[in-house]
Order: sequence, then structure tokens, then C-alpha cells
Amino acid sequence: MAKGESVAGSDIPAGGFVQLLTPDGERIDTVTTADGTTYSVDFTDEEYRGLYRDLVTVRRLDSEAVALQRQGELGIWASLLGQEAAQVGSGRALRPQDMAFPTYREHGVLYCRGIDPIMPFGLFRGVDQGGWDPNEFKFNTYTIVIGSQTLHATGYAMGVTMDGKTGSADGEAVIAYFGDGATSQGEVNESFVWSGVFNAPIVFFCQNNQYAISEPLERQTRVPLYQRAGGYGFPGIRVDGNDVLATYAVTRAALDNARNGQGPTLIEAYTYRMGAHTSSDDPTRYRNGSEVEAWKAKDPISRLKAFLSKQKIAKKDFFAEVDASAQAQALHLRERVLEMPDPQPVTLFDNVYPNGSPEIDAQRAAFAEYQASFEGSAH
Amino acid sequence: MITLGKALNHGLRRALEDDPKVVIMGEDVGKLGGVFRITDALQKDFGEDRVIDTPLAEAGIIGTAVGLAIRGYRPVCEIQFDGFVFPAYNQIVAQVAKMHYRSKGKVRLPLVIRIPFGGGIGAVEHHSESPEAYFAHTPGLKVVTCANPADAYTMIQQAIATDDPVIFFEPKRRYWEKGEVDLDAPLTGAFPLHSARVARPGSDATVLAYGPMVRVALDAATAAAEDGRELEVIDLRSLSPIDYPAIFESVRRTGRAVVVHEAPGNVGLGAEIAARITEECFYSLEAPVLRVTGYDTPYPAARIEEEYLPDLDRVLDAVDRSFGW
Repeated sequence: MAKGESVAGSDIPAGGFVQLLTPDGERIDTVTTADGTTYSVDFTDEEYRGLYRDLVTVRRLDSEAVALQRQGELGIWASLLGQEAAQVGSGRALRPQDMAFPTYREHGVLYCRGIDPIMPFGLFRGVDQGGWDPNEFKFNTYTIVIGSQTLHATGYAMGVTMDGKTGSADGEAVIAYFGDGATSQGEVNESFVWSGVFNAPIVFFCQNNQYAISEPLERQTRVPLYQRAGGYGFPGIRVDGNDVLATYAVTRAALDNARNGQGPTLIEAYTYRMGAHTSSDDPTRYRNGSEVEAWKAKDPISRLKAFLSKQKIAKKDFFAEVDASAQAQALHLRERVLEMPDPQPVTLFDNVYPNGSPEIDAQRAAFAEYQASFEGSAH
Repeated sequence: MITLGKALNHGLRRALEDDPKVVIMGEDVGKLGGVFRITDALQKDFGEDRVIDTPLAEAGIIGTAVGLAIRGYRPVCEIQFDGFVFPAYNQIVAQVAKMHYRSKGKVRLPLVIRIPFGGGIGAVEHHSESPEAYFAHTPGLKVVTCANPADAYTMIQQAIATDDPVIFFEPKRRYWEKGEVDLDAPLTGAFPLHSARVARPGSDATVLAYGPMVRVALDAATAAAEDGRELEVIDLRSLSPIDYPAIFESVRRTGRAVVVHEAPGNVGLGAEIAARITEECFYSLEAPVLRVTGYDTPYPAARIEEEYLPDLDRVLDAVDRSFGW
């Protein structure tokens, strides 16, 4: 096994990135970046197999959601295809006490938090708008308006500091997920400013999947995104987002720095959105198939599978069992999605205000009376 | 027959042809042609300098459009969905609306901000809102919305041609509805941008609607006619200014008015219209002005949005209540 620096190559972005597992499944033992930080992972065979299981499972659940949307069972779906390693690597790097602020695509992180994968389906089916308790799951509600959650994450992280929960190995850290497009938003830049000024215990985890719907990365930036961090006064690092090992190592280190009181880090996970932006999108209008094919060769799952096979950490029967298990979970998920009841219309008046409102109560009552007026009619 | 969306596309194309200072800017408006394809093929035909894919930042889209307008351009900005306009709200309310006033009339900002609005398409949160009152409430902005392909084609060109900043609301769930459009009609002499139009004449009650609700009001009028009631449907078209003379003329004839909009009723346009009618037509009214609106809740989940949106039955119910007064 090799030792390396932040790798560079013809199909690797200028400036390189941290990679511990090549697309061919070659393991790079340690990587030392220009600032002298060394990254590695020290997984048991069981842990390696666990990561593989995670990757396969979240991809399979995602493909089931894509199918459910096509069959009209979901209003829309935002697929994570291609971004499994970025999500599983960072998601598994979180410690139980850490808090995550997702976009609307972090189904893999959600899974790694140990959350029932059915949880976000109400939103995509259109029966609710999320509806879970962020504090119960240490996982905020999905946020749709691009970049807004980075400020929420920053404020939450400021609260961690104010509560005295940083400065030790068992301190708390916060992770904010966003994409390459979001980095253009003022609010994201404001979150960088605030986190820097208040030394907030936060990791900004940017999944650079190369596209903001149709617009390529070049429409958002002239410099590699991780380099933006320097201007705000905290470190930025780029990692191969299709390498679950490197993503885990880099995120774990950044989170531990945050919990120890060393402030924010920006991680740019360099990856690729293999599918459409959402099920409403048609990527063939703005990118060509050869580009997609080139990224297929860097697939996050096949490289880990190659590594596990070569190192004899896993054999055919293991891979078959993982596939079968993922398949069973997907079918179970499907059944439960199909069983999700539509909400009662009158519930649209619920939860407008924490302590209710006489005005809303009056509208609810009038609505119920109006609905009842149709009972028995052909309506 | 072309769709409302295609009519907008034709109108934008003609504006780009007629005035080299017109530029289109927004997220995904270029190669993709916009998420609703309203700018389809325009970048291919007019180039990347005139149909500009912007970084993903709404404040940036509007703020830079202000600068371009000061420089003499006529930017047509696309906000991808209603619920995404708020990062740009500061620029629109604090800058776009006030620049002319601040500069004692020396700066004109002839920019158009296109916003697909309203619900009924089964979308997730932030994709179905009706924020028009926020903008109509702001002095210095003009606010319009179209309800059919012919108006879409003409009004987008008029909005671009006028020196006012115009918030141009597009009824997204009507993008696919078809109608006759005369693509060769000259703008000169066209029906004025800020005039309301009688969409269906009637004598018994006036139903005031705009954007996506005009279709609902017309359907209600058809149903009411079967019961012997002739509803006059007025398509407001302009939400700031509102064509009050047209409204008053109708209400004085019919004696009854029902205002319909998707936006929540509280402090909505219907409240202002009702107040004005009461002030100006008090002795003609047979009943209070009634409103049929979205409820005073956030826009609900898609599976129950049809219960939230005003529909034919709710409009007829309001008409019944007006007659029962």
C-alpha cells in the first residue's frame, strides 16, 4: 500500500484531492496534504463491509424511489445516484451527538444516522412537508430553498459553543450540507462569515456534483470551491467524494477539530450527480453522455467492491447477501410508501402557530362545515 | 393555438429581436431553456450575452439587473419559482422600487421580474406560493399577471417596453393551456397593460379574478348560467395599479362583487379591492364584497392542495352567499 500526497492526475481536478481508494480499488495508505495533515482510515474488515453495505443499500433505496416517482407514487424525487460515498462517508463520520443540516438530497446521510428511510417520503409523496423533529434525530428537516440551512447550522453551532459543549474529544459538532450551486448564494457566504467570526464548531460539507440543475460548476466559481474557505479564515479541503474512505477520514478529522474548539472547515466533496437534478429534470438537454460515462468509471461502489475482493475482505456470497438484503429493504420501503395515507384536508390548519389562533380555529371550523355540506351529494 | 408558456416564449423572442438592449437572465434559462422551458432556444438564437445563465443567487440576479438597467439595458429576470424570490426581496423592495424616487426621476429601471406563481401542480414546498401582495404593497413597483396565451404574449412585451420595473407573475399551472395568439399583432394600440378586461359579461354579480383563478371564475360563471345567474368575470390583469374604474363600473351594474385569489385572504389584494369597492360603490351594493381565497396557513402539502385552492364550488358558494344577503 502506498503513501501519497493529495493526488493529481489527468482525470482529477487541478489542485488534486484527498483520495484513499482509487477508482480501480487500490488502497492508498495515508495521504498528507500541503498543510501537513495526514489522513488515513483504520477500519476492521467488518467496518469495511459495513460501508459497502451502506453504499449498496442507499443506492438501492434511491432507485426504488426513482421508480415510485415514475409510477406516480411520489410527486418528485431528488436522487442521490453517484453521491453515495460522499453521503455515507460523511454520515458515518458523524458521532451520535453531532447535528446534521441536510438539503433535500441527503437520503444517504439520513440512513447513516440510523433513521428509518421512510421518513422523508411524506415530503416527496406530498402528504406532508417533512414533519420530523430535528432534535430527536439530530437531523434537521430537509431544506429546499438553496443554501438557507447553512445559516441555521451556523446558529446551531454557535449555540453549541454557548452551551459549553466544545473543547473536548466528546464535544459536539455540526455539519451543514449544500451543493456547488449554493455557494453562490449570499446566505451561504454569510454563514461562512459568521462561522469564522464566532469560531463555530461546524463543518461545511459541499457536495460538488458539478451541476446546479443545468448549470456547470464554472457558472458558480472561478476558483476551486474549497479555496473559498481561506478568504473567510478557516481551512478548506477537497476530497474525492466518490471515495468513501477518504470522505470518512476528512470529515471525521474536520468534525473532531470542530468539537475540540478549533472552528469551522469547508470540505468540498468532488463528485458527480449521475442522474437528473430531480425527477422533473432532463439532463440530456445540457450534458453529454460521454461525460456521464467517464464518471461511471469512478463509481463509488465498484471501487470499494474491487478493494474488498482483492483484499479478500469479502467474497461473492457476501456481495450477493448485501444485494438481497438491499432488495428486500427496497421492497419493504415500497410497500410502506404505498400505504401512506393522504392527510385529512382539515389538517392543513394544524401547526400554523404553536399555541393556536382563534382566527385559524374559525377558518378550520368554517372549512369543516363547508366540507360537510357536500356529504351525501355527488361531489 | 399555442400554450401560454409558448406565447411567453414568443413574446420574449420578439422583445429580444426588437431591442438589442433586452437581456434575459436567470437560473437555467440558457441551455435548458428554463425549468418550464419559457426561454426555450432563446440562448441558441441570441447568444450567451443576451440570454444569461446566472450563478445560483436570486439577490444577485436582481441586484446585477439594477446595475445593467442603470447602464441602459432592459433586463428580463427569471425567478425560478415563487418561493425562491425572497433572497431577492431586499433588492426588489429596497432598491428596484425606490431608485426612481431616490434619484428624483433621473434613474429609470425598466426591468421585468418574471415569477411563475400559484399552486395546483403537485409540487413540494416553496413551489406553489402566491406572493403578489408583498409586491403590490410596495410603492414604485408595477405588478401584473396574465391568464391566457394572447395576454401572455402581449403583456410580456408591454412589460419589457415600459420604463417601470414590473413584477410579471405567470400562472404556472396554466402554462400548458392553449389559446389563439396573433403573433403579428403590433404592440402599438394593444390593450393597455394596466387595464382590467371583462372576460365574460354578465349582469347579476361581478367576479374579480386574476392569473390562474380566471379560469376558475369562468368555469363558475358557466355553471352559474345553468342556474340562471349571469356572472360577470373581470380579469384584473394588473395588480398594481388596479384598474378600479373598470371594477366600479361593473359592480355598480351588478350590485355584487366576489374577489377570488389563491393567496391567503388576510391582508391580501381582495381586502384592498373590497375596501375600495365599499368606498366608491356603497349605495350600489346589495351585499358585502366577499372573498374566496387561500386560507391563512402556509401552502399545504400537495395531496391536499386542491382543498386549499379556491375552486368552482367555493366561488359559487360565495355567489350564493352574496345573493342570500
